[in-house]
Amino acid sequence: MTAIDWTRATAAQMADALAAGEVTSVELVQAHLDRIAAVDGPVHAFLHIDAEGALETARAVDADRAAGVELPRLAGVPIGIKDVLVTKGLPTTAGSRILEGWIPPYDATVTRRVREARMPILGKTNMDEFAMGSSTEHSGYGPTRNPWDLDRIPGGSGGGSAAALAAFEAPLTIGSDTGGSIRQPASVTATVGVKPTYGGVSRFGAIALASSLDQLGPCGRTVLDTALLHEVMGGHDEMDATSLDEPVPAVVEAALAGAQMDLTGVRVGVVAELSGKDGGFQDGVKRRFEESLDRLRAMGAEIVEVSCPSFEYALAAYYVILPSEASSNLAKFDSVRFGLRVEKSTVEKTMLATRAEGFGDEVKRRIILGTYALSAGYYDAYYGSAQKVRTLVQRDFDAAFAQCDVLVSPTTPTTPFKIGERIDDPLAMYLNDIATIPANLAGIPGMSLPSGLAPEDGLPVGFQILAPAHEDARLYRIGAALEASLTAEWGGPLSAQAPELEVAE
Amino acid sequence: MTTMTYEQAMEEFDPVFGIEVHVELNTATKMFCGCANEFGAEPNTQVCPVCLGLPGAMPVTNEKAVESAIRLGLALGCSIRESSRFARKNYFYPDLSKDYQISQYDEPTCYEGSLDVVLDDGTVVTVEIERAHMEEDAGKNTHVGGSGGIQGADYSLVDYNRGGVPLVEIVTKPITGMGARTAEVARAYVATIRDIVRALGISDGRMEQGSVRADVNLSLRPKAVAGESQDAVPFGKRSETKNVNSLRAIERAVHFEAARQASLLLAGQPVVQETRHWHEDTSSTTPGRSKEEAEDYRYFPEPDLLPVQPSREWVEELRGTIPEHPAKMRARLREAWGFSDLEMRDVVAADALVLIESTVAAGASAQAARKWWMGELSRVANDREVSLPELPVTPAAIAELQGLVDDGKINDKLARQALEGVLAGEGSPSEVVASRGLAVVSDDSALEKAVDEALAAQPDVLAKIQDGKVQAAGAIVGAVMKATRGQADAGRVREIILQRAGVEG
Repeated sequence: MTAIDWTRATAAQMADALAAGEVTSVELVQAHLDRIAAVDGPVHAFLHIDAEGALETARAVDADRAAGVELPRLAGVPIGIKDVLVTKGLPTTAGSRILEGWIPPYDATVTRRVREARMPILGKTNMDEFAMGSSTEHSGYGPTRNPWDLDRIPGGSGGGSAAALAAFEAPLTIGSDTGGSIRQPASVTATVGVKPTYGGVSRFGAIALASSLDQLGPCGRTVLDTALLHEVMGGHDEMDATSLDEPVPAVVEAALAGAQMDLTGVRVGVVAELSGKDGGFQDGVKRRFEESLDRLRAMGAEIVEVSCPSFEYALAAYYVILPSEASSNLAKFDSVRFGLRVEKSTVEKTMLATRAEGFGDEVKRRIILGTYALSAGYYDAYYGSAQKVRTLVQRDFDAAFAQCDVLVSPTTPTTPFKIGERIDDPLAMYLNDIATIPANLAGIPGMSLPSGLAPEDGLPVGFQILAPAHEDARLYRIGAALEASLTAEWGGPLSAQAPELEVAE
Repeated sequence: MTTMTYEQAMEEFDPVFGIEVHVELNTATKMFCGCANEFGAEPNTQVCPVCLGLPGAMPVTNEKAVESAIRLGLALGCSIRESSRFARKNYFYPDLSKDYQISQYDEPTCYEGSLDVVLDDGTVVTVEIERAHMEEDAGKNTHVGGSGGIQGADYSLVDYNRGGVPLVEIVTKPITGMGARTAEVARAYVATIRDIVRALGISDGRMEQGSVRADVNLSLRPKAVAGESQDAVPFGKRSETKNVNSLRAIERAVHFEAARQASLLLAGQPVVQETRHWHEDTSSTTPGRSKEEAEDYRYFPEPDLLPVQPSREWVEELRGTIPEHPAKMRARLREAWGFSDLEMRDVVAADALVLIESTVAAGASAQAARKWWMGELSRVANDREVSLPELPVTPAAIAELQGLVDDGKINDKLARQALEGVLAGEGSPSEVVASRGLAVVSDDSALEKAVDEALAAQPDVLAKIQDGKVQAAGAIVGAVMKATRGQADAGRVREIILQRAGVEG
């Protein structure tokens, strides 16, 4: 055992310590594997652990470092990958029983970039089945629990990636955000998560939920760590036609600049429709949000109120577009080429039986919704109208960003709810994403970072920052400033205040 | 029920038809991935995560296929949309790896064109084109054992090599007013499309390999009564006969369907709107899916691909590469070459048009070029069971060969031997003539000696010549050719004979 508990360090600290020879990658990986063994039973952040693979990468990095080979900044720093990304040779299920046992024959572009960055992959993190959900209760392999309170949800769909960070099982994880699946889990676990500009990170190899909304992004416990991972993941990829052909924004530089806590001249817009003043937002959430605004103001930012009237329809439009695209994307799970096969007398019956058995209720619900919305005679009323709302939401953002540099809101209306509390009420579950969904409809980048604990329940509250497309760096500058201001008061990151988890023998 | 003939059907009814032609493009790679686009490889050897529809894989549009589609559209007189897009056509079938086909729906790249079709008697019919759109081909199912077919087989095999091969589908508007010439027009239309894609070089146009496939839509309506316009009579219910894959079959399918529908109508029975299968062996059709139970394909814009937005400049550049309409080219060449209709038809049927054109361009006369390609070379091709273009000889070599004959360096017999050498890969005609020692004997003293010997051996022939029966000289020419083993210039030999006999030729 090392004297220092490396699992509590930031990824940046680990990278520096590795470079300085204060720790080896094998030690870092082993520390995290030990932590996973100790706490992941109840937390269940991981679906698959690749101890041997992670240690092998770590040994190779240590050997290269000893030999004086020049290495990428995060080389040797371990990472967890959401099970939505295909990983060659490692089981990939997207949280679904229909893919149980499937070993992909290829790597997602982001997986490849993580490997090229020489980061040991600890394993695959749990998620709502095919990323459909806001609680990770819809995983086909059992729910993930929130390390702040094991009776509560860690958010979703990327609950595994967020909980792994909050439980110190990994310093960095990868998420995917279709309507908030990175930002909402970050919010309820007191971690940081970023949904980059649509096209900023290649989707090739990410099992698609809704192709026009999905975006992969970095998750960490600090803004700087998240920026470091963002730069590993981002950049043009010719395998993804929707990938932006432009350099990765200088997010690390922006995070370092933001930590100087000078926001002079920055105009911050508060979205009236997402500020909670019309109700529906928990008191403690609103209070922490107001305090964060004061901090931004104190650092020189100007706070202005903007209105985005079309956001009222965003949730409804989202729940037409997402199921429509998902119903098509999930058609390929037909038993013919991979995954589960429930053998029946004909191909048609086999397909039906496989899908009936392999998909969970929420997935079936959305496939049915989407199939209906795309049907002849309904297309214009549903999908067509939803696309019009999408255009209106984009226009609202354009108008808002004409008045300010970034927009802010609470990430979620409430702190994490209890497991089982909303499982039978899909609409209440969907309302969780009211503040995060507009960014996906418009393709703009967004970040959630911790803004404190709600006084009434002592649970994490997230602060959301949104920027215009391609301006991901602004999230990091403002986020890092707020983080610096808050941690100065807390005496360290909020994640350090999480209750100690019971450690398994 | 009386069974009608096609001719009877055409007397009783007014036919309306339309044709959908699928053209497989000959791009090096598939429509949306980098796999080889090749016919005849071992099953499932030309596949990757993209065309196998593995989870996470994404399509990227093949720019070369877009270029081919636009050139085809331009050759069909279509307008090229400034911004067109791909759409997903959703249906479950084992040979469709993603369980949706990427196609084009409401915004095809090429639309509203027209094509002049020249019938055998020179009549020109203008066919209106509704659209020409891009899509990907499906794989191929093979049903083994049992009663066959997808529902009754013991098992089915799927080969995805063809999955993702680029196709352009050309759809006509309804073609009316053709009466009894309907079958002929249908055939000529598909033949013209085939000629155009070959002339463009975008497809090998081999109907027997399925690289050009046609679906034939046909309906019958009552003939207009006196004083009424035929256009005012509504269309009847149509059948769509799928995969009619030879020119002869197209004519026969029209015959069969017209007769079948007419028989039903005259018996007072309805024609069912349905797809029908074509049976080559019996030249008949059987019912497939009826349109009433047809699937709803739930088309929606493909979110994984960007719109196709060819620049005006590029489109104009491509317009400059469009070859002459095959029928117009044939008419022009027939005129220039002075071929009879029959000769021209044979040339076209033998696939020799371009070869002759190139041979003429290389310096040979049209008649000489025709003589070689339709004579000796056709015989060789026939022996080898290959098409003329597949023979290992270039038009330039044939022109060179003819040049040697014209210059008197070799005679026809030697030229055939030289050709044999060229086909055997021995080099150019000149090289073969040199290496095989095929030059004609033009040394007069050698010829005079041979003539004298022949005349001495046949004194009666000499007497006949001297009597004025000049044609008798042929026997002496033959003897001299035999003595010189064919290497004498027969014309010169004849002159010497007449000289020796004391008569002028």
